[in-house]
Amino acid sequence: MTASKLNEIDKKLLQLAQDQFPITKRPWATLSNKLKITEEEVILRLKKLHKEGIIRKIGPILEARKLSLCASTLIAMKVPEEKMEHVIDIINEYKSVSHNYLREHEYNLWFTITTSSKEELRRTIEEIKRRTRIPDTDVLDLPTSRSFKIDVRFQFT
Amino acid sequence: MDKIDQAVLRTMQDGIPILKEPFAEVAKKIGISQDEVIARLKRLVNDGVIRRFGVSVNQRKVGIVANALVAWRAPQNRVEEVGKAMSNYREITHCYERQIIPEKWKYNVFTVIHGYDQKSVKQFIERLSKEIGLKECLVLFSVKQFKRTSVALLNHSYS
Repeated sequence: MTASKLNEIDKKLLQLAQDQFPITKRPWATLSNKLKITEEEVILRLKKLHKEGIIRKIGPILEARKLSLCASTLIAMKVPEEKMEHVIDIINEYKSVSHNYLREHEYNLWFTITTSSKEELRRTIEEIKRRTRIPDTDVLDLPTSRSFKIDVRFQFT
Repeated sequence: MDKIDQAVLRTMQDGIPILKEPFAEVAKKIGISQDEVIARLKRLVNDGVIRRFGVSVNQRKVGIVANALVAWRAPQNRVEEVGKAMSNYREITHCYERQIIPEKWKYNVFTVIHGYDQKSVKQFIERLSKEIGLKECLVLFSVKQFKRTSVALLNHSYS
């Protein structure tokens, strides 16, 4: 399903529920008023969108840095094809690894690590390098100096 | 953030139910009133502990399948200005300054851009390059997503 196949009301509903979620006792009622449909219809549509996996979840997205998760880095590795599956499995094991992608570059595996201290970050990186046996020359460690923006929202309408 | 705030967030970590009064269930589990849940949520949003409350969309399922990590080389004295300017674009979901590695890696500003296809993302990057006034960049489209979870897991212990 693509956004062009979602109907107009679904798109408006997703946009509002993403950008201006009403934190009230009856949020669906508030949304229904804005969309000029019934509360029941909002509930039905949201359930359908959730069932189809279009909605991941409805809830709080936390600011990691306010929860003292303040040491983070982006690692890039050159991983040969025959080692890829093994390497991915090791990296994905770590809870502190949130994102892991294959990208178009000679450094082809890119993943993020977020922990609550520089020391923990260092230990995690060392352990991953040791276990995956990727040599230092094939690893880029790109720590976050400054976070200008984290705002994962999309435009549907 | 006190213990009840933690309980509120922990109870909601998998999301709120799509029922008429979604916060009623949360309130019941913790043993406080709905009004208190709502007041606490609003305060946590205000304090920035909750960056955003709302629907998280799986953009890939609605056709937004192109994902580019774009690394830029900005002169050090322009990093702050560039970071702030890039953050104003809605299309840019993440913008960070990262450390360079002399002799090995020269890009210091990283942006993540999502779009419906590579072509439209490339067009946006070209426009961005002109508007910000930075020519040197490396575009790294994702080929495959191996893991994508939220950073702050509530079973992580925090003070």
